[in-house]
Amino acid sequence: MPEPSATLMLKVCGLEAWYGESHVLHGVDFDVHEGEVVTLLGRNGAGKSTTLKTIMGMLKRSRGSVKFRGRELCGTSSRHIARAGIAFCPEDRGIYSSLTVEENLLLPPVVAPGGMSVPEIHQLFPNLAERRRSQGTRLSGGEQQMLAIGRILRTGARLLLLDEPTEGLAPVIVQQIGATIRKLKERGYTIILVEQNFHFAATVADRHYVMDHGVVVDMMPNAEIGAHTEKLNGYLGV
Amino acid sequence: MLIFGIPIQLFSTQIMLGLINGAFYALLSLGLAIIFGLLNIVNFAHGAFYMLGAFAALLLLEHLGINYWVALAVVPLGIGLLGCVIERFILRWIYDLDHLYGMILTFGMGLVIVGIFRNLYGATGLAYSMPAGLQGGYNLGFMYLPASRAFVIVASVLVCLATWIAIEKTRMGSWLRAATEKPQLTEAFGINVPLLVTLTYGFGVALAAFAGVLAAPIFSVNPTMGSDLIIVVFAVVVIGGMGSISGAILTGFMLGLVEGLTKVFWPQASSTVIFVIMAIVLLVRPAGLFGKQA
Amino acid sequence: MPHKQAAETTRQDLAAPLGMSRTHQVVMLLLVALVIAAPFALYPLFVAKLLCFALFALSLNLMLGNLGLLSFGHAAYFGLSSYAAAHAAKIWGFTPEVAILFGVLVALSLGAVIGALAVRRKGIYFAMVTLAFAQMVYFFSLQAPFTGGEDGIQRVPRGELFGLFSLRDDRALYALVGVVFIAGVLALYRITYSPFGQILRAIRDNEARAVSLGYRVNGYKWLAFVLGAGFAGLAGAMKAIAFQLASLTDVYWGMSGEVVLMALIGGMGTFFGPVVGAGLVVWMQNELAGFGAWVTIIQGMVFMLCILAFREGILGTVRQLIGRKL
Repeated sequence: MPEPSATLMLKVCGLEAWYGESHVLHGVDFDVHEGEVVTLLGRNGAGKSTTLKTIMGMLKRSRGSVKFRGRELCGTSSRHIARAGIAFCPEDRGIYSSLTVEENLLLPPVVAPGGMSVPEIHQLFPNLAERRRSQGTRLSGGEQQMLAIGRILRTGARLLLLDEPTEGLAPVIVQQIGATIRKLKERGYTIILVEQNFHFAATVADRHYVMDHGVVVDMMPNAEIGAHTEKLNGYLGV
Repeated sequence: MLIFGIPIQLFSTQIMLGLINGAFYALLSLGLAIIFGLLNIVNFAHGAFYMLGAFAALLLLEHLGINYWVALAVVPLGIGLLGCVIERFILRWIYDLDHLYGMILTFGMGLVIVGIFRNLYGATGLAYSMPAGLQGGYNLGFMYLPASRAFVIVASVLVCLATWIAIEKTRMGSWLRAATEKPQLTEAFGINVPLLVTLTYGFGVALAAFAGVLAAPIFSVNPTMGSDLIIVVFAVVVIGGMGSISGAILTGFMLGLVEGLTKVFWPQASSTVIFVIMAIVLLVRPAGLFGKQA
Repeated sequence: MPHKQAAETTRQDLAAPLGMSRTHQVVMLLLVALVIAAPFALYPLFVAKLLCFALFALSLNLMLGNLGLLSFGHAAYFGLSSYAAAHAAKIWGFTPEVAILFGVLVALSLGAVIGALAVRRKGIYFAMVTLAFAQMVYFFSLQAPFTGGEDGIQRVPRGELFGLFSLRDDRALYALVGVVFIAGVLALYRITYSPFGQILRAIRDNEARAVSLGYRVNGYKWLAFVLGAGFAGLAGAMKAIAFQLASLTDVYWGMSGEVVLMALIGGMGTFFGPVVGAGLVVWMQNELAGFGAWVTIIQGMVFMLCILAFREGILGTVRQLIGRKL
């Protein structure tokens, strides 16, 4: 497995965000190097999904710094952030019921060269080729997750934000997703993963950040997870 | 020959007239449905854009000698562009607000547009001379079908069909459908949703303007031609349900036909039959015939 | 629609009559004083017209301000009641108070039927449905023999109130209109600031929650609708007797639009706003009477400006400035 390079791909500094009047992120700091898989762990309401959405520019009000390859993105519209080379896979998978599977797959525009071609994605996820003409939402949960991941692979984005990709899925599918993420890592993708299931996280990630009440409270390299299980359980309220 | 005690000539003529009305209902409710789907605004100014289309055709003919056929292509483009400008500079401000504000805003806009033209042209109708290619007609034996009327029906069907295909079957249509269903996520993929919104409004009013050009040689061109018509179109969209493109088209033609048939058997009820159907639909299936149950 | 009202708790001053807050008492007294004094400064029939439309606008705001539901075809109740009262006074020879009552009953019945269908839809659909039904009423009025078609019902006799007091004198008529108006305002006030009104506002702010609390939401909406129609009918019937005319204008969608303008420009989120709005719109129409289609253009522009830059309306803005509810 190629070592993640030392190149800083994403640097988040003092990130704050609001949902209406509600102050949900109180100064999030973390960084991600090129080729790394990094997770954001934490209990419900810690701000993990919100962090991904804020990086993606989907929150109306935010403040702080999000530097992607040195370029400041905080405050820009989500479509400019997408075109800069970041792709987002939402928690509910975001599969469109008014589009077929194939249309869902082809929807996100190509933002950079080097993305996977449709045949390559079909090879990675054969189900998507079979069910091409079905309505997007007729797929099973696992297949929808594959579709959600597959469509952002086509875009050429190199930084992928995955929001709870294993939620609600059967263990067998969870393993498949784990294998997929490891394959993507081999190809040099950089991934930020939001997860509640830290056992799964430990099988794919290089480092883990722990969030609580809208801030990052801890960071653990993957190798050290075993030693700190109790501390982790405390953070996650398990 | 008699059908249900009615001479076949009268019967078939009324069916034709019903289909013509239906053609306009379909085009107009299609535009309304497309705009509503993406912008969540009921475009109360839709009737005014229909009127603008007819007037544009008339003025182009009188002052620039531009004929009907060119007008059919050029006028919708021009009015569509106007729609884009209006969306960009006026409608954009109210997206975060309750739907009702959008309705009142476009209602006011319609008043302004119609008021300006009433000021300039008064309330009486102006005639648009029948273009050369549409004069005359076909003797079908059981009725006489004027070429102009046949053209209106065919043109409307073709445009509705083309619009449906564009939205349901093309790549760009998939962007529209995606932006309608999940606007925020669609933008997060890098698609320029605000631009899509602008173009959609423009396209919706272009459809209304196209209907206006079609109407020019058939009905007289006057500033209030869209005002009463649009309320019937509202009833059509309530019956069909505004969520469905194909629903808008089908409901429009169907109701035109029903109106035409009503005129044969019970003329006084013809102006209200669509509203009566609306009342029944509200009782039996509030989401509309093709709408999704809320 | 006014979301800020959700956060404000309606602190009812229990000491005051009708539970009126101090500010409201002041405004109410001011209003009564104006109603009494106005005919000495302005032409009595003009003020009577203003009061009729003010009542009309208040009736619209019952649903709009408290439920956030826009009855875009409110002219149907105003106009049909106007026809009914005119017909009752002229053809059946009823005394004015009975004619007006008849008009109100007609409006209530129409409101009950249309309301039952309209509340099955929400938001924009609701508005479009009410507009479509109003158009039905318009077409009916156009064709029905008793309405007199394009001419309307003219030379409606003012008659003698209770068979005793002749209303032919404009001042006597004005007295009637003034009294009915004040009574109407007080009644609407009582309805708005009552447990019923509070439930309406609760439905506006969180309908799902109201349902889960066991309220039959559609029933409340329907009742508010019928009341709104009834008061609109009262305004219309009074107008028919006062101006001795019932015409198609009264049922046309233009009239429906005008009353929305009154509520909007006066301040939908306030109780007294529509009165101010009605005053402004009626005055404006008077001033612009000779300018033909300009009235439409200016109305349209006022609509647009209000939505874009002046959503609170006149009294709404005043309220923000002085910090008290109006």
